Amino acid sequence: MSDEIIRLENISKDFNGVQVLKDISLYILRNEFLTLLGPSGCGKTTTLRIIGGFECPSSGNVLFEGSRINDLPAFKRKVNPVFQKYALFTHMNVYENIAFGLKIKKISKKDIDKKVQEVLELVNLPGIENRSVDSLSGGQQQRVAIARAIVNEPEVLLLDEPLGALDLKLRKDMQIELKNIQKRLGITFIYVTHDQEEALTMSDTIVVMNHGSIQQIGTPLDIYNEPKNAFVADFIGESNIIDGTMIEDCLIEFAGHRFECVDKGFERNEEVDVVIRPEDVKLGRVEEGMLEGTVQSVVFKGVHYEMIVLSNQKKWIIHSTAMEPVNSKVGIKILPTDIHIMKKVRVQ
Amino acid sequence: MKKNPITYPYILWMVIFTVVPLALILVYSVFTMDSSGIGFTLQHIKRVFEPLYLVVLLRSIRLAVVSTVICLVLGYPVAMILAERHLSKKSILIVLFVIPMWMNFLARTYAWMTLLEKNGLINTALGAIGLPAINILYTDNAVILGMVYNFLPFMVLPIYSVLRKIDSAVIEAAEDLGATPVTTFRRVIFPLSLPGVMSGITMVFMPAVTTFVISRLLGGGQYTLIGNLIEQQFLTTRDWGFGSSLSFILMIFILLTMGIMSRYEKDNEGGGLW
Repeated sequence: MSDEIIRLENISKDFNGVQVLKDISLYILRNEFLTLLGPSGCGKTTTLRIIGGFECPSSGNVLFEGSRINDLPAFKRKVNPVFQKYALFTHMNVYENIAFGLKIKKISKKDIDKKVQEVLELVNLPGIENRSVDSLSGGQQQRVAIARAIVNEPEVLLLDEPLGALDLKLRKDMQIELKNIQKRLGITFIYVTHDQEEALTMSDTIVVMNHGSIQQIGTPLDIYNEPKNAFVADFIGESNIIDGTMIEDCLIEFAGHRFECVDKGFERNEEVDVVIRPEDVKLGRVEEGMLEGTVQSVVFKGVHYEMIVLSNQKKWIIHSTAMEPVNSKVGIKILPTDIHIMKKVRVQ
Repeated sequence: MKKNPITYPYILWMVIFTVVPLALILVYSVFTMDSSGIGFTLQHIKRVFEPLYLVVLLRSIRLAVVSTVICLVLGYPVAMILAERHLSKKSILIVLFVIPMWMNFLARTYAWMTLLEKNGLINTALGAIGLPAINILYTDNAVILGMVYNFLPFMVLPIYSVLRKIDSAVIEAAEDLGATPVTTFRRVIFPLSLPGVMSGITMVFMPAVTTFVISRLLGGGQYTLIGNLIEQQFLTTRDWGFGSSLSFILMIFILLTMGIMSRYEKDNEGGGLW
């Protein structure tokens, strides 16, 4: 499992003087499901295109199994992409789409037939060889696009927001389906998305990007529980982000109150970002709370209520299964382990 | 479906300028009017199929087909260059291409007459560098040249608009699957641009097969095309019955051609140019 397949070394990329990637370094393991996650314009698609061979980095190296492939054209890389809008050949039927690459490689008709049939079974669409692409639903087109890529037996499959055009229900099904396909094939998937939930559901490793640089690399659990900075915390799920001052090890002041915490290693009186997940803020009676606030709004979200509590000019987002009525006075309690302290980062 | 009052003026327009004239042409071609009154006749229609006139019709079709093919061969690469994504100054190129269309059609065609004349600009230039003169004015070739020159933009623009809409990811996908640029063009780009090619062909073929100005000016008197014949019937011979029959048969022929074309023109992409 610790077998490295792709390595990016100090990759930078600019388009007409605009820098879209700044010094990206990253390694990708064999058979892992790695997600590039970030808001639009963060450089995640450009990173993917550089790995696929559709863009050349302005500086830095792309290594595949240890050898430099910067100048290797896309079709010579053992990497196949699934494009955002599928990019199927609409004038061909499903069979012709999938067989396109195989025919170019001059594989015999019999082998092509067998392979096409196999991949269609793999993506759960057996027997649709002769359908025209236009007659397929979005989800089916997506699967055909995946089939067209994996029939070439790549070692890495690149997926650029492949589920973006699908409705919520189908997207959830396809997430599981994609994960299953990846396990069955036993190859590396590099997946680009701006949907943090999708990233958390499917990935072995998440790379959070913003403004052309990597913010954090880690497992979904790491990234959710131990975000490295306020951007990551805010991007991965909702968060309360508050300016705080580190008084000393394990003591932090924010919102006009001193809290015990578990973080160490900051300078005395260092200005920091304090991140608290909405589900980690506990509400109780005013006397029991560390802070006092007034409930401003309550929205029922299905599993939990989302409440906005105003305390000393600061709005807190709180998720709880117990509802406090609007305008009621409440006490806010936060456990030391739920307070995440991060160094301030300069974001332009 | 309930009609919206706002459509009435358009319906009226269509009736006055499309339905009535078409009906008149049909009426003129199958009815005769003489001293004894109005009578039904097929003589005009039959006359269209006399060898004398069939030759004219076939010549018109031949010249139109040749011009259309030349327009396609010349126009497709131009459309590809224009659709090139990284092309800078693209809009200037397109404007340069379209500007001749803003000039009067007659003036443009007359210009070719003076260029092609025996002692015209081209022959003077050829003489100056010691090459033999070319005499193509008043030949088939001059007519074809005039058609290609005048109708080329009608081929380029629909192809251009379809090519521009092809998602670059489709081309990248083909390349990623190992297709060479030639294969990508042959198997992906060209098939996807077929709707534009079809509407380009229609838009060049139709005016080319019916033109009478180009053939009159550049073909001289001897190269009568179907358009000239129809013009003659209405303006010189005053045989409106025969003129209408010729128009009617030509229209049916064009309708049939369009019908065949439209089977390829699935989404009418590119066709929405006008």
